[in-house]
Amino acid sequence: MAAHAESHNPALLHHFATEEQQRNSASFGMWIFLATEVMFFGGLFCAYLIYRRLYFGDFAAASKSIDALLGGTNTAVLICSSLTVVLAVWAAATARRTLLLSSLVVTMLLGCVFLGIKAKEYKDKFDEHHVPGATFSFEHEQVPNAPEGVYANPRHAEIFFALYFIMTGLHALHMIIGLGIFAWLLIMAWRGRFTPEYHTPIEIGGLYWHFVDIVWIYLFPLLYLIDRHA
Amino acid sequence: MFNNFPLWPDRASSTAGNVDALFIFLIIVSGMMTLLVFTAVIYFAARFRHRKGVLAEQIEGSIPLELTWTIIPLGVFMVIFLWGAVVYFNSRTPPRDSTEVYVVAKQWMWKLEHAEGQREINELHVPVGRDVKLIMTSQDVIHSFFIPAFRMKQDVLPGRYTVAWFHATKPGVYHLFCAEYCGTQHSGMIGDIVVMEPSQYEAWMSGSPSGPLSATGEKIFAELGCVTCHRTDTQGRGPNLQGMFGKPVQLQDGRTITADENYVRESILDPGAKVVNGFKPVMPTFQGIVSEEQLNALVAYVKSLAPAGQTGGQTANPATIAPGLNPAPVTTHGSSKGSPKGTKVQ
Amino acid sequence: MSMATATVQPVEREDYLNKHYGVGSWLLTTDHKRIALLYLISITFFFFVGGFFALLMRLELLTPAGDLVQADTYNKLFSMHGMVMVFFFLIPSIPAVLGNFLVPMMIGAKDLAFPKINLLSWYLYIIGGVMMTHCILTGGVDTGWTFYTPFSTAFSNSKVIEAGLAIFINGFSSILTGLNFVVTIHRMRAPGMTWSRLPLFIWAHYATSIIQILGTPVVAITLVLVVAERALHLGIFDPKLGGDPLLFQHLFWFYSHPAVYIMILPSMGVVTEVIACFSRKRIFGYHFVAMSSVAIAVFGFLVWAHHMFVAGISVYAALVFSLLSYSVAVPSAVKVFNWTATLYKGSIHYDAPMLYAFGFLGLFTIGGLTGLFLAALGVDVHVTDTYFVIAHFHYIMVGGALMGYLGGLHFWWPKISGRLYPEGWARLAALIVFIGFNLTFFPQFVLGYLGMPRRYYDYSHMPEFQVLNVLSTAGSTILGIGYLLPMIYFLWSMRYGKPAPDNPWNAAGLEWQTQSPPTTFNFVEEPVVTWEAYNYDEIDAGHKQEAPVVG
Repeated sequence: MAAHAESHNPALLHHFATEEQQRNSASFGMWIFLATEVMFFGGLFCAYLIYRRLYFGDFAAASKSIDALLGGTNTAVLICSSLTVVLAVWAAATARRTLLLSSLVVTMLLGCVFLGIKAKEYKDKFDEHHVPGATFSFEHEQVPNAPEGVYANPRHAEIFFALYFIMTGLHALHMIIGLGIFAWLLIMAWRGRFTPEYHTPIEIGGLYWHFVDIVWIYLFPLLYLIDRHA
Repeated sequence: MFNNFPLWPDRASSTAGNVDALFIFLIIVSGMMTLLVFTAVIYFAARFRHRKGVLAEQIEGSIPLELTWTIIPLGVFMVIFLWGAVVYFNSRTPPRDSTEVYVVAKQWMWKLEHAEGQREINELHVPVGRDVKLIMTSQDVIHSFFIPAFRMKQDVLPGRYTVAWFHATKPGVYHLFCAEYCGTQHSGMIGDIVVMEPSQYEAWMSGSPSGPLSATGEKIFAELGCVTCHRTDTQGRGPNLQGMFGKPVQLQDGRTITADENYVRESILDPGAKVVNGFKPVMPTFQGIVSEEQLNALVAYVKSLAPAGQTGGQTANPATIAPGLNPAPVTTHGSSKGSPKGTKVQ
Repeated sequence: MSMATATVQPVEREDYLNKHYGVGSWLLTTDHKRIALLYLISITFFFFVGGFFALLMRLELLTPAGDLVQADTYNKLFSMHGMVMVFFFLIPSIPAVLGNFLVPMMIGAKDLAFPKINLLSWYLYIIGGVMMTHCILTGGVDTGWTFYTPFSTAFSNSKVIEAGLAIFINGFSSILTGLNFVVTIHRMRAPGMTWSRLPLFIWAHYATSIIQILGTPVVAITLVLVVAERALHLGIFDPKLGGDPLLFQHLFWFYSHPAVYIMILPSMGVVTEVIACFSRKRIFGYHFVAMSSVAIAVFGFLVWAHHMFVAGISVYAALVFSLLSYSVAVPSAVKVFNWTATLYKGSIHYDAPMLYAFGFLGLFTIGGLTGLFLAALGVDVHVTDTYFVIAHFHYIMVGGALMGYLGGLHFWWPKISGRLYPEGWARLAALIVFIGFNLTFFPQFVLGYLGMPRRYYDYSHMPEFQVLNVLSTAGSTILGIGYLLPMIYFLWSMRYGKPAPDNPWNAAGLEWQTQSPPTTFNFVEEPVVTWEAYNYDEIDAGHKQEAPVVG
């Protein structure tokens, strides 16, 4: 039995033959996991697109009532956070400890900003009685770009809001999980576990974060920007 | 228990024979395939049983063989597909001038109303030799209207109409089952289809006190004030409904759709969904105000406003309904000339 | 015909079973082989739960009147039978037990790519299973395993949310297993183990894993929507609130149709290995069989609405899905022909695994052919939602998948446990299962065409259905005995069975070059593969005088 005759990187797990195999496997595994996430969100996007086509006017009216400025800000926040993630990966690959730590921290801060803005949006919806359920109300809301007096059907608008909350809520849940992952990465980085030869967790954590960002980039125009002409 | 042991269902509709023919063809094809595989397996297993000193012969494969047993099954499957498609298409396309019966399913019973007005619960009387079209909806969950003897089945959905048709060919009493699980008494949601000789059917029909469904619908139309906006002149706030049924309708957003049962139903329950071009979206909704049976009556009434001799399902006339135009001859209110009763099969 | 060796008790060698003792060493293991056994125990438990429900259903249907259980109870029985059998038995079965055990060994690896995620998979399965068990014990769910809306979201008075969440969590078990297999097969093959040298069992699991990865998330989100709708009174699937019940069906079947290929593909992989070994030949048309597995996985995603031909979809959609459904049938037929052709000029042995493979061939052929009936639109209108469909899918899932699973368990039992099962009893059990199965389910084809609908507990207005129901119930008791026997003698063999040699069948495949049972890391040193799969000519060249079979 080949007992540890040659020394190897302590990060190399026993069932892998080489570090390269381990690194490639981790990366491949994360990509496949992201494929499952695409299918997971995909079901929601499918339902959303179908109802949007069926009830376009009602959805446009409902979309007008959510704050595109806040949503747009959040989009910018996430894009910036993807930049900081890329910086973190590069910093790990080039042994820049300070940059690595600060990039991870800024990423997490930006994630918190995102969640904070989201919370404000949810609160606004709660106050306006746009949360689906017993307290829902959406009377006399003009359908955009339609003749005066054409109001949205509240039942259809309620479907919009149901999907809005489920889709953005699921996304926010993924953000929170992402924050947890990055907290763990931060601790590991602080302890000096990452080197230019081994920083796979940062790479694949970064992949996950980028994915969450991309989901938002689809969510934002679909949910916030229906039928908004200049 | 052993007297009544059928292995094949009754065949009592025009479709049943077509379905059975395809089924028998499938049995033959499957039987041949099964025989082929079973024979080969059993024969090879016996013939090539291991013997001392005799080694297996390694055969990599054979592309000609692979192609053969790919292409031949594919060909057979395409035949089956086409045959099935033809049978299906016919069985799903109600003929024009079918007698209409409105069906409302609810947990756990079937409520039926003939266009002529007779109401039935868990029973449907029909004459032999007549095309019967079922216009069905559910009050609650999804059900399914299944008559094994007619080889006919159609899910019945809440919130919309689904349509099925049959042409009974043999008098008798046949099972009606609910075939989509719908809760506690799903097994109990069964009934009888009573197919009668035409003369017996006439007798049965005349015994009913209620008038045609369309007349009921006309009453509701007046009671709910529909007539205020849906006038027959050009002054109405709503489109003139004369002759509108079954024709293309141009909507506000540019789409053109056919005014079928589902369109009429949707316009009553959700008037803002498909507003006719040129009209303001001022119609109030009647969701929660009309029952399924009342909706059926209203649909039947609107259908009856077609010019005499024409019933639903036609799109031959490309005329669109626009404000100010009145393409159909004006019929007086209360007339049942256009009702399906006038299209009796001889 | 017994093996020449195995008369002397071998010295106790260290293997994966005896390396560590204690509950902790099992519950915190990352050894793929131990995890496979954890799954084996768990899914066997759920198999008997689901089987018990089936037994009660068949007992009720002995008489036309609904006199054994109440209507609501019966509705819960068929619902939970379906959910437990599909999600907690069949979907994990071969991949989680045989796949977990064998995939690394067959490709020459020490473990799967992500051993800890493998353990997580099992825990997710257990959490889902505990929730499901709790749901069953505290009232159960009566929506049918298909959860159709709006009944499940707005009308059922049963524990829909709990059942939905249990299956949701369980789904991640399936997803992670698939993920693990794909990465393992891509990245951890031993030197020389090219794609064309992989055992077809691996190809089958690869195809299965693709489906698990891409399909399961869709049913997961669908169940989330059902739970949300029910809990918060939303209207996504409720027409009264503007929703569409058919949307649920599309989303549900988008997974649940490919799911049936998750259930059958691994079984086909097992059957391929068994037929090759007990015919002593390379499988006929290796590449065609490999590609047909992938084709089934791909086409399987394109046919979901053939479950909805009478649901209210348009005629044109129905035509498209019917046509595509026939495309899926072709690769399956190709496999059956290739297996049959493998027997030609083979050297065939009739050991229990091979008997299960023969049973599979017969029953899968019948089940698959009846799929043609259902794909034919004109016939489907009559037989959908009747016992014809029930017979069809039981032929495939029980006659197909379960036979393959049992055959595989028998084939690899010596490797897994280090013991030989009693061959005589095993052959008897295979025969009992085959007979019992046909008696149970063939009458149901007739019942279905006669018009007996599914999910009926009372048929007192249709007493003409009784004879066939009695036959079916009689068969089910025989079938039950056939399933109990292996459980008994497998357990017996762990204590009293003859110790197994490393390769009792003289089979090809890297897994047979390890110890029986294997050590924790499988191989003493990393194998280097220089031979093709199924090299039975090389294996048997040195064994001309022997009849290499375990008696």
